[in-house]
Amino acid sequence: MTARWSLRGLAFGYLGLLLLAPVGMIFYKTFEHGLGPPIDAMTSPDALHAIWLTLLMVAVAVPLNTVFGVGCALLLVRHRWKGNAVIDGIINLPFAISPIVIGLSLFLLYGNAGWFGPTLTEWGVKVLFSIPGMILASIFVSLPFVVRETVPVLQEIGTEQEQAASTLGANAWQTFWRVTLPAIRWGVAYGVVLTTARVLGEFGAVTIVSGSISGQTETLPLFVAKSFEQFNEQAAYAGAIVLALLALTTLLLMSIGGRKAKAGSSGPIPIAGDAAISMSNSKEGS
Amino acid sequence: MEGHPATISTAPPRAGIRLPGVGAGLGRGMVVLYLSLIVMLPLAAVLDESLSGGLGAFWDSVTGAESMAALKLTVVSSLIVVAINAFFGTIIAWVLVRDEFPGKGAVNALIDLPFALPTIVAGLTLLTLYGAESPIGLDIAFTRVAIIVALCFVTLPFITRAVQPLLMEMDREMEEAATSLGAGGFTVFRRIIFPNLLPGILAGVLLAFARALGEYGSLILISGNIPFKTEVSSVFIRSQIESGNVSGAAAVSVVLLAISLALLVAVSLFARRGARR
Repeated sequence: MTARWSLRGLAFGYLGLLLLAPVGMIFYKTFEHGLGPPIDAMTSPDALHAIWLTLLMVAVAVPLNTVFGVGCALLLVRHRWKGNAVIDGIINLPFAISPIVIGLSLFLLYGNAGWFGPTLTEWGVKVLFSIPGMILASIFVSLPFVVRETVPVLQEIGTEQEQAASTLGANAWQTFWRVTLPAIRWGVAYGVVLTTARVLGEFGAVTIVSGSISGQTETLPLFVAKSFEQFNEQAAYAGAIVLALLALTTLLLMSIGGRKAKAGSSGPIPIAGDAAISMSNSKEGS
Repeated sequence: MEGHPATISTAPPRAGIRLPGVGAGLGRGMVVLYLSLIVMLPLAAVLDESLSGGLGAFWDSVTGAESMAALKLTVVSSLIVVAINAFFGTIIAWVLVRDEFPGKGAVNALIDLPFALPTIVAGLTLLTLYGAESPIGLDIAFTRVAIIVALCFVTLPFITRAVQPLLMEMDREMEEAATSLGAGGFTVFRRIIFPNLLPGILAGVLLAFARALGEYGSLILISGNIPFKTEVSSVFIRSQIESGNVSGAAAVSVVLLAISLALLVAVSLFARRGARR
């Protein structure tokens, strides 16, 4: 049984040193001098604004990507089209692209010298270094999650119940709300949790397009970075703790949602859908 | 309508919810429009900007000394990191599937922590334990080791999560047969377990590699961003944007984009092959 214990030792040691100890340490550092300092740090106007702005990103980006995700998954799974493979590939792009490159791409499109920049300035619309640009960045980085989690569940549930509903006279809209959506709800919910986590924590893309102006275009991750760089460690730690607590909540929801959605989901690994879609397409094609 | 029950059984499986012809076209149009506006147009702008000074300028930007140093550091660090995580990720998956111990559910949930934790927080947590004020006297801040550690943190789940399902599906009879025929523990691993897990390990490695190549948030606080020493490509791109060399930043971005694209294609080809088997 030495083999078992050495494997355990390696696994727990690695997880402990890499994940648990650092996360424990930041909790200790934050609350070293009691609850007062972190609470003070988090109730400053800049910190409160950063929290508000972060929640605003979630409130806009998550619903948009959810509606898009469910609709897109339905089209990919239920409607054969030769462009599906291309759409599927494009949806995976945000997983593989550096957030900095995503930020740069929006900077180039909406900046003063960009394709859309001059026209939008003429119209008096400010995208770059303001909230719309940050929302676009958040949507970009979190785009794939709902699609990726919904596609396998949709394939899993099949179409018999939907056919039954429509045989009984339900129209497409009724079938969707009463039959399809309840059947895929855990997959969608899991995707929503992952999307939310990504939007809450997005740093690289937002840092390029926001300009990071305190009290104006600073989300909580940007607030943490700036506080740390300005040697205000207490504020940085407190902000990090707020984000970490949100992450732990997410983790809890993930493990619940993941269990419920187990039918087709492989967790946050984005490969599950690819194979399935390309398989079903090639099958239908032949 | 969806047709008579008698036709359903003979006809190939019909789709369930289907939008009428016009509706599907409309939906497809909206999906294409959304993807164009959010993803494709911005990326096209990067490609356009990278070539704004011609191919020569593109090449000079990519092969400049600082850019090459950053690119090399990024690729080499990512390779080291995926090797480390391929090893530990597989062991963790093994322990989570084949071993029994109290608190297994919690450890399993913990694996997803790097996916849930914002990258900037990941960097900051590592810095509190392994930085200048390290309580255990281990200061790796502003070194290449710090880059490796941060990248190990953010890519940890990929391989474990790709290997776990394969381990769960694996037929234990094969191992038992091998053991009964006299194979030792290591031989069973090398000849039976490892080949079965390899597709998962490789898929996880590709995804982890793509993630490591582009990582930014967890690195900026702990790496120090020192040109030629601890400056990875994403940090280099950022510094080029800030110093006004946008086309140079775009050129290096296109190189990263090309690598990501190649990796994505590899993953999907790989997954397709896996699914066919």
